[in-house]
Amino acid sequence: MTPLAGYLLIAALLFAIGLAGALTRRNAILVLIGIELMLNAANLNFIAFWRYSPHPEALTGMMFAIFSIAVAAAEAAVGLGLVIAIYRQFHTTDLDKITRMKG
Amino acid sequence: MIEKMDQIFVLLLHWLVSYLPASLQAAASTLLSVVVIVCLFPALFAFAVWMERKGLGRIQNRLGPNRVGPFGLFQPIADGIKSLTKEDVVPLIADAPIHFLAPVVLVVAVFMGFAVLPMGRNMVLVDMDAGLLFYFAMGATTEVSVFMAGWSSRNKYSLLGGMRAIAQMISYEVVLLLSSVSVVMIAGTLSLPKIVEAQNHYTWGLPHWYIFTPWGLAGFVMFAIAATAETNRSPFDLPEGESELVAGYFTEYSGFKFALFFLGEYLAMFSISGIATTLFLGGWSAPFSFLTWIPSWIWFFAKLEMFIIVFIWMRGTLPRLRQDQLMNFAWKFVLPFTLLNLFVTALWRFMGEGWERWVFCSAILLAAYVVMGRVGMNRENFRPRSYRYAE
Amino acid sequence: MSPVFYLIAVITVGGALAAVLLKSVVHSALAVTGAFAGLALMFLSLDAQFAGFAQILIYIGAVAILVVFAILLTQGSEILTDAVFSRTWLAGFVIAAAVFAALGWAVLQSAPVLPNVSAVPAVTVHDIGVALVGRYVLPLEIIALLLTAATIGAVIVAMHEKEAAK
Repeated sequence: MTPLAGYLLIAALLFAIGLAGALTRRNAILVLIGIELMLNAANLNFIAFWRYSPHPEALTGMMFAIFSIAVAAAEAAVGLGLVIAIYRQFHTTDLDKITRMKG
Repeated sequence: MIEKMDQIFVLLLHWLVSYLPASLQAAASTLLSVVVIVCLFPALFAFAVWMERKGLGRIQNRLGPNRVGPFGLFQPIADGIKSLTKEDVVPLIADAPIHFLAPVVLVVAVFMGFAVLPMGRNMVLVDMDAGLLFYFAMGATTEVSVFMAGWSSRNKYSLLGGMRAIAQMISYEVVLLLSSVSVVMIAGTLSLPKIVEAQNHYTWGLPHWYIFTPWGLAGFVMFAIAATAETNRSPFDLPEGESELVAGYFTEYSGFKFALFFLGEYLAMFSISGIATTLFLGGWSAPFSFLTWIPSWIWFFAKLEMFIIVFIWMRGTLPRLRQDQLMNFAWKFVLPFTLLNLFVTALWRFMGEGWERWVFCSAILLAAYVVMGRVGMNRENFRPRSYRYAE
Repeated sequence: MSPVFYLIAVITVGGALAAVLLKSVVHSALAVTGAFAGLALMFLSLDAQFAGFAQILIYIGAVAILVVFAILLTQGSEILTDAVFSRTWLAGFVIAAAVFAALGWAVLQSAPVLPNVSAVPAVTVHDIGVALVGRYVLPLEIIALLLTAATIGAVIVAMHEKEAAK
């Protein structure tokens, strides 16, 4: 198994764990944590492919990963702002209890 | 002879390591340098604790500690023995693993920051290409440990102190990063030894330190303000103010863990002073060209100690800022001024040599300072101060 | 592969698993911070120093702190009385396992044809800077706009609605 395959497997595992967290936990903030894990797994994929590619001086993978980190930070900020606004409305962060559109 | 004194530690290291087989030499050299850093900076910390207590005492018109040893010089040793032998009290409802890990994370993160500091000519532990970014990354990690300490104690005072400390650290971290970006713009590199090299030239005996340029002076002042706030030093020490929040986020820590927090705070002060001297005061280079015979590491540590003395002086002299005043100051004055400083740095770089750029850049910065200061102080009414003495 | 790789992998995957499986929200947030640190170490082992340090600075220094603040502002430190997983937890785990199976099969099937240039790329921060204002200047400006919009949006969304409180 080549080193690249090892990194890709770890990235796939992290993606699956993040997906499991986003799909099964009740707390809205843990769903956001799962989404951040998925984004990180994709970043790892990009960097791994960049490192083992035949033309790393083109910097495509590294640039993609850096922009992805910036976008993920912005998205985390907005997502957590939304969670706080929802908490103010429903007084809970339990996703199984937030089932109505009214409010 | 002068070069030998300057490089004496490097030569000593090479000589000691030459006794080992060639395959182990790199690892042994790094290990030995790490051991030196881990022993040297806590020793400086002990000296700084003594200096602080004596200095604060004198500013407050009293003697500091003077019982233990001549002039109280062994007081830090007495303090160390006390903290090591005190009982380690952990509250029953506290979160034990996080409570234990918080000081560990803090001390590890702070020690890692010393790896990129150039303490003399050829005397940096790791010459990383992105050294400054590594230092700021380690500084960001200390915020996590502050949260861990504040939350795990399950104590309202700790939590409140921890949240205030983190809010303050995040706000001033942006200022810290932006003021160092102007230095990086001019030096063209993120690597700290190269930034020192770029400042190591002399014109008519005066050095090319960045503090002697208009944008450098403004950047240095912003960096110093942000450094004081990052390390929770007075006048920004509301999160750990003794009269406000007992001891803030480390209220529930006693014994050795408290000593680790204390050590972490002072070491953070040392490393950020080191970065400030490297970025703005020319690191290990001498102030005048006829003084270059004094070894470079003496200059570095002299500048570092000067920073520590200024920190102690500020603590004894200035009153504490309230949390909202502190945050207002950061976001409404310091940050816009730092952004303007970035623009002025770019103007400096592209205007070319000559007297025009000095006049232009200084004028812009001075005008901005006056205008923003007036706008910021708009709502306060400054009457002449009147005193009433108790009769 | 080297033992260092396995150690970093254990830290990362362990942190991620702990984040998804632990009961207390604050413990999950701290475990995912550990996973971010493990990922930064992975980037460093892949000779991507800038990305690794940016990962520590942004994810651990900003995103983790944001998550922690949100937990505290929504009172995540109460003692939990409800179940940890939602009612549809089995479907979620099955889907995640299926995704991992598909991705893992794809990686292992294509293992012989994966590129494997093992020379360390000689990329400096200077090259990254030149690329950012040269070839990638348009994404850079768009990211600047995006970050500005996200900052303003987050403030507006989370602001206290003074009229609705009356």
